[in-house]
Amino acid sequence: MTDVITPPLTGNGIRGPEVIEAAPHHDHHEEHGPTGVLKWLTSTDHKVIGMSYMITSLVLFYIAGIMALVMRLQLSSPHASLVSFAQYNELFTMHGSLMLYLFAGPFAFGGLANYIVPLQVGAPDMAFPRLNALSYWLYLTGSITMMMGFLVAGGAASFGWVAYAPLSNATNSPGLGGDIWIMALILTGFSAIFTGVNLVATIFYLRAPGMTMFRMPIFTWNMLVTAILILIAFPVLTSALIMLFCDRHFGTHIFSVQGGGSPILWQNLFWFFGHPEVYILALPYFGIVTEVIPVFSRKPVFGYKGMVFATLSIAALSTGVWAHHMFTTGLVLLPFFSLLSLLIAVPTGIKFFNWIGTMWRGQIHFSAAMLFSIGFLFAFLMGGVTGVMLAAPPIDFFTHDTYFVVAHFHQVLFGTAVFAGFSGLYYWYPKFFGRMLREHLGKWHFWLMFIGFWVTFMPQYVVGLLGMPRRVATYPSYLGWQSYNIISTVGAFIIAASFAVLLWNLWISWRKPEISGNNPWDAHTLEWFTTSPPPHHNYSHLPPIRSERPTWDYNHPDAPAIGHGEGRAPSNSEKAVVSS
Amino acid sequence: MDVWRDARHTDPAPAGVSEAPLSASSRAARRGLVGRIAKHANGTPRRWIPLAVLAPIVLAGCQLPDFGAYKGATSQGQDAFKLWQGFFVAGIVVGGFVLSLIIWAVFRYRRRRHNQDLPRQTQYRHRIEILYTVLPLLVVAGLFTFTVITENEVDAVPRSQVTIDVTAFQWGWQFYYPATGKVVVGQTLQEPQMVMPVNEAVTIHLESADVVHGFYVPAFDFSRYAQPGTVNVFNFNVLHSGVYRGQCTQLCGLYHSLMLFSVKAVSPADFETWVHQTSGHHPSIGQLKAQIHAQGPGA
Repeated sequence: MTDVITPPLTGNGIRGPEVIEAAPHHDHHEEHGPTGVLKWLTSTDHKVIGMSYMITSLVLFYIAGIMALVMRLQLSSPHASLVSFAQYNELFTMHGSLMLYLFAGPFAFGGLANYIVPLQVGAPDMAFPRLNALSYWLYLTGSITMMMGFLVAGGAASFGWVAYAPLSNATNSPGLGGDIWIMALILTGFSAIFTGVNLVATIFYLRAPGMTMFRMPIFTWNMLVTAILILIAFPVLTSALIMLFCDRHFGTHIFSVQGGGSPILWQNLFWFFGHPEVYILALPYFGIVTEVIPVFSRKPVFGYKGMVFATLSIAALSTGVWAHHMFTTGLVLLPFFSLLSLLIAVPTGIKFFNWIGTMWRGQIHFSAAMLFSIGFLFAFLMGGVTGVMLAAPPIDFFTHDTYFVVAHFHQVLFGTAVFAGFSGLYYWYPKFFGRMLREHLGKWHFWLMFIGFWVTFMPQYVVGLLGMPRRVATYPSYLGWQSYNIISTVGAFIIAASFAVLLWNLWISWRKPEISGNNPWDAHTLEWFTTSPPPHHNYSHLPPIRSERPTWDYNHPDAPAIGHGEGRAPSNSEKAVVSS
Repeated sequence: MDVWRDARHTDPAPAGVSEAPLSASSRAARRGLVGRIAKHANGTPRRWIPLAVLAPIVLAGCQLPDFGAYKGATSQGQDAFKLWQGFFVAGIVVGGFVLSLIIWAVFRYRRRRHNQDLPRQTQYRHRIEILYTVLPLLVVAGLFTFTVITENEVDAVPRSQVTIDVTAFQWGWQFYYPATGKVVVGQTLQEPQMVMPVNEAVTIHLESADVVHGFYVPAFDFSRYAQPGTVNVFNFNVLHSGVYRGQCTQLCGLYHSLMLFSVKAVSPADFETWVHQTSGHHPSIGQLKAQIHAQGPGA
């Protein structure tokens, strides 16, 4: 990192000529209140809460990953009896629930967004700090509740993370496991809604002077759009869960045919949540990639405004595509949902070209964070192309509920939540702690994971096309599916090895710290202007904000963005740099 | 969970692989990647690679490989299969283009050690941005057109002579022939067999007795949910006689993994003979469900 320019400014130290006061009352001593465990329990600081979110969700990620390994071992042979049918159904239900509801979402909008968004907009904290704390404690309570499912008689919920009616009713899934699952999701659902409210309020009302909407970093933009999608989608899920609970316990027949209800209503409600949810899980990670790629290419985001409009289009379209999960029900208007689903490829394509355009003629530095973002591009491209195939109902008819779909959504979600998510971890770790994660271990982590990713999921496409359904604990031994499953299992263990490297990296980087300085990456956005880690109220001073790269502008006054945006035309000194 | 050892009878040819019309080479191809490579090595070595990339529209699906999917043993399945080929080629072309741009950018524009100058800080190039917004829209319009055409063919339900009422239940299938009252019913590894005539439109009425199931015949390139309270209607025109394996695809509870069935396509004459034979004594769905709850799944 020696060749990276360190900014001439530490938050409380030297003041540049144009630095403005953030807020006068922050000049008193920052560290007050409780310390240690009590600080973590009582804090309303967005940074402490964000860190709690990240640590909790990472623990759940590892637990859900171990479940995946057990399932992969079970599938490595049609004769395996590592787990029973019932245990297998519990495992994939909990794996999906943990990964989607408790890791991928909360890690991004509870963890990273909580920590980073107030810093990026120049705010001292979230708009409602105590609501923020409530969000975290609801999330933690919900997560523990979810895990408790394994301890009750009859085991955890076993109807899949989508809980299709009428399989999820009291007749077909009796026992406490299903109820605990519903309760856990209602708790974490409220947590997500509160965080959504908080993010919207923070972004709309707490931006620093000069931070106009079109000067917000793309990460903050994406978190704003994600928060709005949360407010659209999560209340629908929570309501549907309450209806399901009433069906299970209070004798209602909302989702059962016998009482005049409609099972398909559950699918409609669930996917009306579930498809925006997919983008609630994806958009924050697009945001991370859009932070990392410019910094390590030393260029501004290419097509910044196009990127914002692409995000908005994805969000708008995502509320009208839910029934592409229901093509094989025979009960939805195929052309409408097919067209809207195909159209999502357009703004997603714009994002791809913008990411490529950002790297184009840049000076790409292959840090661990950048490698993970590039890995995301490969993974998400593959997941995106197969996603377009699935948007065509006739193709979906023969791939739906097979391993083809399993491979598709793992490539999409692994590409976003894992590749991009850990890109964000490597990128912002110095911001969190003022220390570096070991870069060489990060590269080991990346390459093992990258190889394991393809080895795991590519065979699943093939075996899915051969006809292997998802959510099966065993499969006929005479169909030749085993070889693909063995390859996939080997890949899963390569991925597991990569996460062992991450654990070692976190451990050694903590035990033998390497000081990073405030801005080790020569980064662009406001959060890198303050100290690393940031002081209690984030900023004592702010730079002038004239573009979406205030820290870069401050450190490189002669290198503003060029184009038709807010940047000025190239100055003479800039031209000189280019021609030399 | 070693249920497969006793489940299969002596017949060495597995149900799903024994379609009569398949040649030896395509049977090898069905077995997997190795077979598929061998197939191309024997026949038209590698010719499809430039063809697939250069002339997808001209080829219109006839010279293309199967890209891992079944070719479709029904006329509806063949339509779906052609759409699959088209989407796959489009995926290779578009995905390959984007992939090569990514790889080029990553390798070409990596930081050189001696160069400390900042790159040009380009942020907007409106013409190119409009280009990569409009072109994908055109691609989507094309894909959507072919999708709708295929979808209408696959979903068409013209009048047919034969109707079969299929009822899924936890965990098995019942096939009822209303014309003669013939019934075939079985649970899990009993693998009930649906008999139907070839080269003739057959209408399936599909529903469920309890939870949502998935009626999936891989070789037909088709699946449809079996749902309680709703009857799904669709047609099959099986092109070749043979036995095709089928399986439930939608999670339906404990023994979802074992909910197998098969489809046997025979000549219309044979079908008439078969469907007029009385089915004899057979258990009801309720009895089978009670049996599986009491004794577990089994043949």
